[in-house]
Amino acid sequence: MIKKLLGALALSLTCTLAFAEGGAHLDRAPDRITDLSALQNGAKLFVNYCLNCHSASSMRYNKLMDLGLTEDDIKKNLLFSRDKVGDLMTISMTHEDAKKWFGAAPPDLSVIARAKNSNFGPSGVDYIYTYLRSFYRDTTKKTGWDNTVFPSVAMPNVLWEMEGPRSYTRVQVHEVADDKGAEHWERTTTVYDDAGFATVKNEKLADYTGEASETGRFDSADAKSFSRFESNVADLSNFLGWMAEPGQLARKQIGVWVMLFLFLFMFVAIRMNHAYWKHVR
Amino acid sequence: MAENNVETTGLMGWVDRRFPLTKMFKEHMSEYYAPKNFNFWYFFGSLALLVLVIQVVTGIFLVMNYKPDARFAFESVEYIMREVPGGWFIRYMHSTGASMFFVVVYLHMLRGLFYGSYRKPRELVWIFGVGIFLCLMGEAFFGYLLPWGQMSYWGAQVIVNLFSAIPFIGPDLSLWIRGDYVVSDATLNRFFSFHVIAIPLVLIGLVVAHIIALHEVGSNNPDGVEIKQGPKDKYGRPVDGIPFHPFYSVHDIVGVAGFLIVFAAIIFFGPEMGGYFLEYNNFIPADPLKTPPHIAPVWYFTPFYTMLRATTSDFTWVLSAAAAVAALALFAKGKLSGIWRLAVPAILIIVAILMKTLDAKFWGVVSMGGAVVILFFLPWLDHSPVKSIRYRPSWHKVLYGIFIVNFLILGWLGTQPVNATFTLMGQIGTVIYLAFFLLMPVWSRLGTFKPVPDRVTFRAH
Repeated sequence: MIKKLLGALALSLTCTLAFAEGGAHLDRAPDRITDLSALQNGAKLFVNYCLNCHSASSMRYNKLMDLGLTEDDIKKNLLFSRDKVGDLMTISMTHEDAKKWFGAAPPDLSVIARAKNSNFGPSGVDYIYTYLRSFYRDTTKKTGWDNTVFPSVAMPNVLWEMEGPRSYTRVQVHEVADDKGAEHWERTTTVYDDAGFATVKNEKLADYTGEASETGRFDSADAKSFSRFESNVADLSNFLGWMAEPGQLARKQIGVWVMLFLFLFMFVAIRMNHAYWKHVR
Repeated sequence: MAENNVETTGLMGWVDRRFPLTKMFKEHMSEYYAPKNFNFWYFFGSLALLVLVIQVVTGIFLVMNYKPDARFAFESVEYIMREVPGGWFIRYMHSTGASMFFVVVYLHMLRGLFYGSYRKPRELVWIFGVGIFLCLMGEAFFGYLLPWGQMSYWGAQVIVNLFSAIPFIGPDLSLWIRGDYVVSDATLNRFFSFHVIAIPLVLIGLVVAHIIALHEVGSNNPDGVEIKQGPKDKYGRPVDGIPFHPFYSVHDIVGVAGFLIVFAAIIFFGPEMGGYFLEYNNFIPADPLKTPPHIAPVWYFTPFYTMLRATTSDFTWVLSAAAAVAALALFAKGKLSGIWRLAVPAILIIVAILMKTLDAKFWGVVSMGGAVVILFFLPWLDHSPVKSIRYRPSWHKVLYGIFIVNFLILGWLGTQPVNATFTLMGQIGTVIYLAFFLLMPVWSRLGTFKPVPDRVTFRAH
C-alpha cells in the first residue's frame, strides 16, 4: 500500500507542469531513436491509432523495412486499408470532410516531429511526447477532452484506453476584483476528475506578493498502466521522430567517415601547402 | 591568314593557335602575381566560388526532381529527401550551401572593409562584388519560396507586400510581382524561373566581371600596399608578389579543407543548424489561410529585416531630423561646388519633409534597401589616407568593432518577435549602421595614422 502511494506521489511529481509564458513546459522524451524494437512498437501504434485521421503521405509502408520489419510483417500486421507495401501512408478522409467533422483537418504527420522542433530548444519528439501525455477529460469540450500543451485542441485523446483513469488539477493564482472593484489575489484550484467533471475551489490570498501563476498536475489512479502507457508514448514519439527523416541514422553514420576523410585531406593539404611555401622568402 | 605564334606544341599548340588557353592560364593563374602576405581573411573569395559551384551543381540535380507547382512542391521536396538516391545529401548541400554562401560572402566583404580593398583602383571590383551580393540576396529570397512551407510562403508574402509601400505604383507593382492577389502558384512558378535561370545568369556574369576586374588591377593585401609600385626583379615581376598558381592554389586548398569540415559537420550532424539554416516552421506545408504567429526571415536577412521593422512613424522623426541637419551641415561646411552646394541640401530638405508625409513603411523599405545600396558608394565615402585598418588610428578599429557587433545584434533582433525594447534597440542599431557609412567622409580622415611601409610585411613560413 505504502509502495503504491509512494509510486503515485512520484508520478504526480513528475507530472507537475509549470506554464511559462507562451506555452507549457515540455518534458524530455526518452531517446529511443536507435532502439529498433521501440521504433517497431511506435510504428505499430502509429498505424493503429494515428493513421486513420492523420496521413503520412510522404512515407511508404515498405520504408518500415529499415526498422527491421519484413515485407510479410508489414503485410500481415500493418497494412489495413491498402494492398501494396509500396503504397504511401495516405488516408481516405478528405480535408473537406475532416474540417466538417473535427473543425480542423488533422495535419499530415510525415515531418511533424521536425515541424515541432524549436530553435536550440526542446525537440519535436519532446513536444509530441508531452502533448500525448497531457490530455484530461473535460465534459465542457466538444470531444470531451482538453489538452494542456494545446488548449482546446480538436483532437480527442485516442490513447485513452491505454492511459487509464486520470484526474487533472489546475492551480491558478490570479488577481480578481470583488464587487466593489478592489483587487485581491486568489488561488483557484480546478480539479477535473477522471470523468471530466470539474470542481472549482476559490481561496482568497491575504498577503500574497508574488506574481500570477498557473500550474497543473495529473494524478493517475493506476500507476502501473500509466507507466506502460508512458513508455508506449515514448516509442510512438520516437517513431514520429524517425519518420520525419528516415535517413537520419545513415546520415550520421556516413558523416563520421566523411569527417575522418576530410581531416586526412586537411592534413595532406596543409603539408602540401607547406612544401610549396617553405622556399618563399 | 597567318597562324598565331605560340610557344606550346602538340595538342596545346593546336588549341593555343585558335584559342588563348595557355595565355589565359598564365594571365589568371601561373603568372598572376598576388601579394605574398595574404592571411586567413583571403580564403573567403575562393570559398565563395566553391560554394557557387556547389549551389549550381546541387541545384541542377534538385531541379530534376523538384516540382514547381503549389500542389506538389512541398511533397516533392520530401520525395527528394526520402526516395531520390542521395537526394537528402544533395538537398542538404544546397540548403546548407545557401547559408554558408552568406557566411563566406559576409566575411569576404568584411575583409574588403578591413583592408580598404574597395579603394582606388579597385572601385569596380567592389561594385561588381556588391552586385553579386544583391544577386545573392535575390537568389536566396526567390529560392526560399520553392520548398513551399509556411515560412517560405509567409516570408515571400511579407517581402512582396513591402513593394506596395512605394507611393503611387506600389500596389500595382506588388500585384505584378506576385502575378496574383496573394502569393500563389503563379508566384511560385515565376520565382522558380528567377531562381534557376535569371538570377544565376546575372550572378555568374558578375562573378566573371569581378575576377577580370580584380586581375586587371591586382589584389590588395592586408597592408594595403600596391605591390606593382614596389621593387621588381629583372623580369619585371613584383618582388612582393608570388604566382597565384601554384602558391595560392595550394594555399586555398587548405581553406577548402577547413571549409568542407565545417560544411560536412553541418550537413551530416545538424542540417537544420538549430532551426536557423532550415526553419522548423518550414516543415509545415504553406497554408494561405493560417498566418504563423511569428514570421522570421532566414538569419542572413535578419539585420536588414530589423532595419525595416525599426522604421516606425516615431523613428522617421529621427531620420527626418538627421536629413535636415545633414542639409544644414552640407550647406554651411560642405566642400560641394557650384549648383550642388544648393541642390544637395535642397534635396535633403525635401527628403526630410517627405519622411513625415509618406508612410513610415515606405521609409522602412528605403532604409532596408539603402543599407545595401550604400555599400556601392563605399569607395567614395572612405577618405582615410591609408587603405588598411592596420595603419589606421586605434579608435577607427573600435568603430569597426562597434559596427560588427552592431550588425550581429541587428541580426539577432531580426529573429525575435517585436517588443518595445527590441524596437528601440533596432532603431539605435539602424542609426549606428547608417551613421557608420554616411559619416565616413568625416570620421575616416580624422586621427593620427600610422606610417605605411613601402613593402608588404611578410614572415617566411
